Amino acid sequence: MVDVTVTIRRRVEKPRHVNVDMTTKLGNLTAPDPVFTASGCAAAGQELAAYNDLTAIGGVVTKSIQLNPRAGRATPRMAETPSGMLNSIGLQGPGIEIFINRDLAWLADHNVNAVVSIAGGTVDEYAKLAGKLRGKPVSMIEVNISCPNVEDRGQVFACDKSAAASVVQAVKRAAPASVPIFAKLSPDVTDIVSIAKACMDAGATGLSLINTTLGMVIDTHTMRPLLAGITGGLSGPAIRPLALRCVWQVHQAMPEVPLFGIGGIRTGLDALEFILAGATAVQVGTVIFHDPGAPQRISRELSEALAERGMDAVEQAIGLAHRPPDVIVPELPDPPGDVLEDELYEDAVDEADVFAEDEWLEDQDV
Amino acid sequence: MSGIQVKGEVLNVKPVGEYFSMTVVAPGIAERSKPGQFVAVAVGGESGGMLLRRAFSIYSVRETGVYGGTVEFIFSVAGHGTAWLAAQRPYDPIDIVGPLGRPFALPREPANCVLVGGGYGAAPLFTLADSLRTRGCRIDAVLGASTGDRLFGALDAKRMAASVAFTTDDGSYGEKGRVSDVLPEVIERVRADVVYACGPMAMLEAVQRVASESYDGAGIPTQLSVEESMACGIGVCMTCVLPIIGNDGQTRMARSCVDGPVFGGDRIRWDALGTVPDDAVGAHQ
Repeated sequence: MVDVTVTIRRRVEKPRHVNVDMTTKLGNLTAPDPVFTASGCAAAGQELAAYNDLTAIGGVVTKSIQLNPRAGRATPRMAETPSGMLNSIGLQGPGIEIFINRDLAWLADHNVNAVVSIAGGTVDEYAKLAGKLRGKPVSMIEVNISCPNVEDRGQVFACDKSAAASVVQAVKRAAPASVPIFAKLSPDVTDIVSIAKACMDAGATGLSLINTTLGMVIDTHTMRPLLAGITGGLSGPAIRPLALRCVWQVHQAMPEVPLFGIGGIRTGLDALEFILAGATAVQVGTVIFHDPGAPQRISRELSEALAERGMDAVEQAIGLAHRPPDVIVPELPDPPGDVLEDELYEDAVDEADVFAEDEWLEDQDV
Repeated sequence: MSGIQVKGEVLNVKPVGEYFSMTVVAPGIAERSKPGQFVAVAVGGESGGMLLRRAFSIYSVRETGVYGGTVEFIFSVAGHGTAWLAAQRPYDPIDIVGPLGRPFALPREPANCVLVGGGYGAAPLFTLADSLRTRGCRIDAVLGASTGDRLFGALDAKRMAASVAFTTDDGSYGEKGRVSDVLPEVIERVRADVVYACGPMAMLEAVQRVASESYDGAGIPTQLSVEESMACGIGVCMTCVLPIIGNDGQTRMARSCVDGPVFGGDRIRWDALGTVPDDAVGAHQ
């Protein structure tokens, strides 16, 4: 009976579709896929549903929501740059109440994992926002701390250890108990690892690396800044090496911390780079403007890339680039029999003869 | 209704006066398209450095043909992206999303319609004219541009409209002046019921002023297709906003890609274009 079974198994064709376990754990959220949409690049998901099965990806990270409706900045809000873009939207949004009743309800109705990004001007606003999410269908809270602290001369929370930590702590206290909390860090700091540690010490479940980095474009016709907001957040493949370095550094310092890798991911191989650097999952953003079907495409490309590398689960790749240099162990032949032993011995003797004939060797004092 | 993403193929690219026309085999887009909608085209190839799609009004569609449905749009070479488009050749692959945006609203009853186009902004007016004619509408057209060779669709306009007036800034073709200089006379002469327009914002503003002052200030409705720079075209990036008055009378920063590009001219806050007016919902937070 056993032999028969083996014979049948041998006849089964190799499956046409790669079969890689793509589930990934972010705190106590087990996501079906490591690819999420990045905040600010997917609105609240509805618009992308025509181009992606949003239940097949990890989830949608919604555009950062604030307590009150916000009109955002004047136009121009956007500028294309080499392999990237600048944006200066000013967090336009409907406010948390409309968001919960309209957008979050839509995501729940469609069984999409909702990662709610929150943004505030004071620690108290962050706490209130987190409190509003109690009892709501939220898979995770992402804290956008790249906002100016109105109580501290507009200093950005993400650029100061204690300010970042107090936001995370306040959110942790107010948020629904079981929901993972990720702090999204800015790369515009001298030491991202120290900010990362401060957020983790304050109770974050994990970290999202990275937000956009500040940039600007000057219009050479008007000879003034092109964006109405003067500076804007740079995103896209232009910042990918910078983002990857941040993920690498933070994973190296705190290998146990779940990380979202974010920044200029355009293909499955780009996503794989972040996972190898230590990301538990990735978010794709600006690429969606180029290719609205990108989230699902990147997920597919990533699973294919993992399969090609002989992996059957995405978690096998997490942080793999940090391993020590590969020791190549040559495959040993079967234990030699009598004849073989003689041959090996003869070879070894021949080689020793070659070395012995070398003048350079003979000159050494041993 | 959302658009679809099609990995299409260039059927042809040809110069049209100062502009270019590109026809793309893009099955599914033609069949769904309505006058006033647009397509968003990826430029620069898969590994290129240009991430943002370029949005173009649909000029014409063919639902069936030897090659399947095709979509034609008009563009002006203004930068690296449009230069890349102009350099494409038949059979080249092209990634196109569409049809996108809110189309022109059509009159329920046969009406006298004046169609106003500025430069290649006139492109969406021709499929609009087809739809209006099947509803028994009378069509008169006003086309304007800076110079004669920047007028678009003069022949098409002559075919479709009962009358066509041309204006150029330099007087090289038609009357010297702006479309808004001749529009009052056209509205009165043809007893216009509605004005449709597409072109630069300054032209649209002038058209709206003329239409609202017509018939001794009684005014007639307008349907205006706006030009705002877009990054995504599908409603997620929030860059193409302009201040729009909603049904509740409140001004909001609306997305021209999904809430427009066609708006009733009376809904646009002309006093506050390019800004966030103080009375907009959520202003100065």
